[in-house]
Amino acid sequence: MTAPSQSFRTPMSRARGLGSAKHGVGHFIADRVSGLALIPLSIWAAFAGLKVAAGGYDMAIEWLSSPLNAVLLGLFMVAGFIHLRLAIQVVVEDYVEGFVSKSALLILNYFVCVLGAALGVFAILKVALLGAF
Amino acid sequence: MTEASSGVRERPLSPHLQVWRWHVTMLGSILHRACLVGLYVGALILVGWAVALASGHDAYLAYSGILASPIGKLVLFGLTFALFFTVASNVRHLMWDTGRGFTPKIADMITIAGIAFALVATIVVWVIAGQTGALS
Repeated sequence: MTAPSQSFRTPMSRARGLGSAKHGVGHFIADRVSGLALIPLSIWAAFAGLKVAAGGYDMAIEWLSSPLNAVLLGLFMVAGFIHLRLAIQVVVEDYVEGFVSKSALLILNYFVCVLGAALGVFAILKVALLGAF
Repeated sequence: MTEASSGVRERPLSPHLQVWRWHVTMLGSILHRACLVGLYVGALILVGWAVALASGHDAYLAYSGILASPIGKLVLFGLTFALFFTVASNVRHLMWDTGRGFTPKIADMITIAGIAFALVATIVVWVIAGQTGALS
């Protein structure tokens, strides 16, 4: 009939349509690139945590008023929530079977991560730009 | 689920956890996933810290008081390990992505190295914290 297909998929497999959703590569690359960014950011964050934990409120305000600290902490949070959203998405897809509960958890995961990143960045900007109250 | 899938024979399941002999790459994989779930909570704790700081002096004192409690310290200690182990895992996965390090010997070695790095780095951070007065 037709020329041999370049694909290894059988016609039946294509008709059932249960193959790749064509989204996997994007997820994989986003996971690896955010993970790469988080390697130096995490090590910086551990030392930043040490510094901030040694002081009180005034010290924390002063620390976060530094542009470098504010930007790096913001990047740590944003890259972290991107990475965690992808990671927890896979955990939910692996362990939750029901369509409704799986969808609900995936959407909740998305909302929690966006809310967390937005709250974090806003709080950083407020302290960095306006200082103590 | 759909018309197309009715009458299709059962798709094969992957072998269950209990049929596997324990090996260190398996521990690394499970630990990686557990650490990420822990860090999810940790990320929210970090956001809570930033919000408390932005909310003023009293809110910050209350929040840092919770973090400095024995349970708070235990959680932060676990999160320190989870953070460092995830860093090590990310390095390991990037190495595996290049197609290298898949022989059992090397794979076991870099997984053990990751766990060891996370343990040592966590202890170093907490020893420094003790010396700088961050724990008091």
